[in-house]
Amino acid sequence: MQATREVAAEQIVAASFASIRQSEPQIRAFTHLAEETAMEAARQIDRKRERGDPLGPLAGIPVAVKDVLCTRDMPTTCGSRMLRDFRPPYDSTVVHKLRAADAILVGKTNMDEFAMGASTETSHFGITRNPWDHERTPGGSSGGAAAVVAAGNVPLSIGSDTGGSIRQPAAFCGITGLKPTYGRCSRYGLIAFASSLDQVGPMAWSVADAALLMQVIGGFDPRDSTSLEISSDDYAAAATDGDIRGLRIGVIREAVDHEGLDPDIRSAVLAALATFRDAGARIVDVHLPHSEYGVPAYYVVAPCEASSNLSRYDGAHYGFRAEPNAELAAASGPLLATYCRTRGEGFGAEVKRRILLGTYALSTGYFDAYYLKALKVRRLIRADYDAAFQSVDLLVGPATPSPAFRLGEKVDDPLQMYLCDLFTVGANLAGIPAISVPAGINPSGLPVGVQLQGPPLGESTLLRAAAALQARTDFHLQRPQR
Amino acid sequence: MIAHSTDPMPYQTVIGLEVHVQLKTRSKLFCRCENRFGAAPNTQTCPVCLGLPGALPVINQQALELAIRAGLALNCEIPPLTKWDRKQYFYPDLPKGYQISQFDLPICASGHLEIVDPEDASATRRIGITRAHLEEDAGKSIHDEAAGRTDSRIDLNRCGTPLLEIVSEPDLRSAAEARVYLSELKLLLTHLGVSDCEMQEGSLRVDANVNLWIDVSGEQVATPIVEIKNMNSFRSVERAILYEADRQFLAWQENGKTIRTEPKTTRGWDDARESTFPQREKEESADYRYFPDPDLLPVRIPRAQVEAARENLGELPAATRTRLEHEYKIKPYDADVIVNQGPAMIRYFETVAGLAGDGRRAGNWVQQDVLRMLKDRGETIESFPVSAAALGDLLARVVAGSLDNTRARDVFTAMLEKGQDVASAIAALGIATVDAGAVDSLCRELLEANPQVVEDFRGGKQQAIGSLIGQAKQKNPNANPQAVREALLRIVATM
Ligand SMILES: [Zn+2]
Repeated sequence: MQATREVAAEQIVAASFASIRQSEPQIRAFTHLAEETAMEAARQIDRKRERGDPLGPLAGIPVAVKDVLCTRDMPTTCGSRMLRDFRPPYDSTVVHKLRAADAILVGKTNMDEFAMGASTETSHFGITRNPWDHERTPGGSSGGAAAVVAAGNVPLSIGSDTGGSIRQPAAFCGITGLKPTYGRCSRYGLIAFASSLDQVGPMAWSVADAALLMQVIGGFDPRDSTSLEISSDDYAAAATDGDIRGLRIGVIREAVDHEGLDPDIRSAVLAALATFRDAGARIVDVHLPHSEYGVPAYYVVAPCEASSNLSRYDGAHYGFRAEPNAELAAASGPLLATYCRTRGEGFGAEVKRRILLGTYALSTGYFDAYYLKALKVRRLIRADYDAAFQSVDLLVGPATPSPAFRLGEKVDDPLQMYLCDLFTVGANLAGIPAISVPAGINPSGLPVGVQLQGPPLGESTLLRAAAALQARTDFHLQRPQR
Repeated sequence: MIAHSTDPMPYQTVIGLEVHVQLKTRSKLFCRCENRFGAAPNTQTCPVCLGLPGALPVINQQALELAIRAGLALNCEIPPLTKWDRKQYFYPDLPKGYQISQFDLPICASGHLEIVDPEDASATRRIGITRAHLEEDAGKSIHDEAAGRTDSRIDLNRCGTPLLEIVSEPDLRSAAEARVYLSELKLLLTHLGVSDCEMQEGSLRVDANVNLWIDVSGEQVATPIVEIKNMNSFRSVERAILYEADRQFLAWQENGKTIRTEPKTTRGWDDARESTFPQREKEESADYRYFPDPDLLPVRIPRAQVEAARENLGELPAATRTRLEHEYKIKPYDADVIVNQGPAMIRYFETVAGLAGDGRRAGNWVQQDVLRMLKDRGETIESFPVSAAALGDLLARVVAGSLDNTRARDVFTAMLEKGQDVASAIAALGIATVDAGAVDSLCRELLEANPQVVEDFRGGKQQAIGSLIGQAKQKNPNANPQAVREALLRIVATM
């Protein structure tokens, strides 16, 4: 990407769209392409460069944005029929920052409906395929954002991560994906799934590129009350440094020894640990005793918040609306009938399942047993991490239990799908940063990832260690053959 | 129509009020939209108050400050930590499908408001305040069900307007008390600049929880609680409570239902028919599924901020009443009337009293003459043509004896109607100060012409002199009756 300074933005963006045209018929990773506006934006960058005007840090670089972030000039669908034609009147803060950095927005990427899923199979706009193997999922919910980077369409994309939605697709697609500390990136304009867990983050070919993107999108935003009023580190410097001598790295035993972990992934994680040791890090064993309760707690907290966040899609103000038939209107009144049909037809099965779960768990009589109990577990998980970070600087483990699975394999089995989040939900529940980086290629030719987790605001440490790994391995340089 | 019994009530009415007031903030509770009444529909909105996907709330500090100010004036505890909860229900005027409110940690807790006992102006009643919490207002549905079709339009300007919901304990014991409580609350909140409290504009809304305690051979029975909604004035609150008490008593006599067997129900007030009617409950209201709003952090309220706010409260109306009574020696009733008119009237009265040098006289004038004129003319004290300085000047002359009260009223009327100042009104009325020599000769003349009066006086009938004061007034309207009386007494003693 350093080379982009000498090449015209117009050429780079044209090459990006040429690549998209080639892969998109098979991968189907975009919900919207903005070729015309992107080319115009690129020409403007070139004119600015010619005039000698100052340019932003992402000048002329094509970036794809997950269709969960509001964009003024493109539809924002969340992969849902409910928002099929929704055009927000405003830009999300992250998109605003991308534009201010002179990035070129090429389009919006496909995702599981409302970011609920781990395979990008629940989108109203169809499934997205893994560029490494078209019969397999790119992961989810940021499957489109991962696939377009893996397919070489763009060097950078923006994903969002509520329970692993950046890290799992990054691992499945052989790219780097960072979920920042909760509050590091603004959520303003990020369509909410579970507000206390959602974070926007960078996805990229390399750690260095992810750091560059992180530098642009991170930072305090007065429009987001949960945003941290603390200035960002120099992530790019951390990612080029890569010096981890003396760094204390903890191996999460509960994850590495988990019986459900794919042996090839375990080998890749152990190999990564060996690389870290060779680079001068000290490796110790660490326990996160409550980690087994992460997925159950997550699947209470996230649906509770989702059930509330998605109440606004009622057909009254914007988005999809289904007029009730006379029979339903007569039975329940025109208002209730409109709600029922709009929400019944506008949402897909997985979204409805989670709304029902959350509505149930927040109901009088169940609130204490489910929601409050889950919050207690969440505090215990956070305490586990706090204790671990007393003695180590970062934690290493797998990003996913398995490599990319076959399309259709889990889509009808919600519990199996939920277990995809086994190693990733902890970071969301604790609000800590975590990164997935390529750590190997399995015998079937599929990439696998290693996950690094750090203390709150420990992004620099994560990037430094991940850069150290990429300096000593070439997994991140490998591309799908198709 | 149910007739009110004139017998002593065989029951005790028990009332608790839930009052929503709109806070006078510059912007809305969670966004930067202007907080203004009366703009064209859907013009005061943004992604946040429209609840658009991705938009997030940010708390308005001014709303917190006003809520704390109100809470302190209501003797509430301001907890160190308060938080936000979502109250969830579906309705077209609620674009997010939930209202941001406060459930278990309200910004103001357990206070009270002292009100003047409507049956005894010199006594007060302490009404408990359970809590007061902040919440965002919903939009307005405009229903048009003409010609059999249901056509609803929604104005979302009001969405996100800051409300303070003030919940009283069931401490009110009559409709009159409820009205005094509302008047006192309005006086306090307008005085503090917290709210305009205009029921007509919806910046103050009242729901009343009413039931009865009935004495049944020494045992107390409570009727089921009814929440009355849709009242659009303090007067209608009073009437609705009176109506509802009668209705509940009759209902109890008919069916014997009590609070133990019946849940709380909701009834609307029909102002035209002067009756309450059963309201269908919102079907979703059964379970609001409150939970902490993950978009907003809990708010820490530093003690220093609370103490600073307490110091900035200034004198509250109840304290003003007491001070006026003591400082100007006016009756509790007069102090109450003046204070209830608001800060401008208090300032007016204090200026008049100061210049006149007679608080009680100033009190009488303000409470009677000024208020009556304001009422007749439909004016406020701010636009009243007779300034406090002018009235003070006039009353000072009365106190000094150069004018009597009757002539002063003539001067006051002239000042009011012709917009004259005191001196020119006096001149125009031909009121001249009569010097002591003229009074003496007038009195001597009258005494000589009325020997019978002199005789009666000498015989011990002091009041006989009174008829001569009236005659003196006829002969010279400018003669001060007090001076005449003194001169008559002095001269008759020498005769
Ligand atoms: Zn607004």
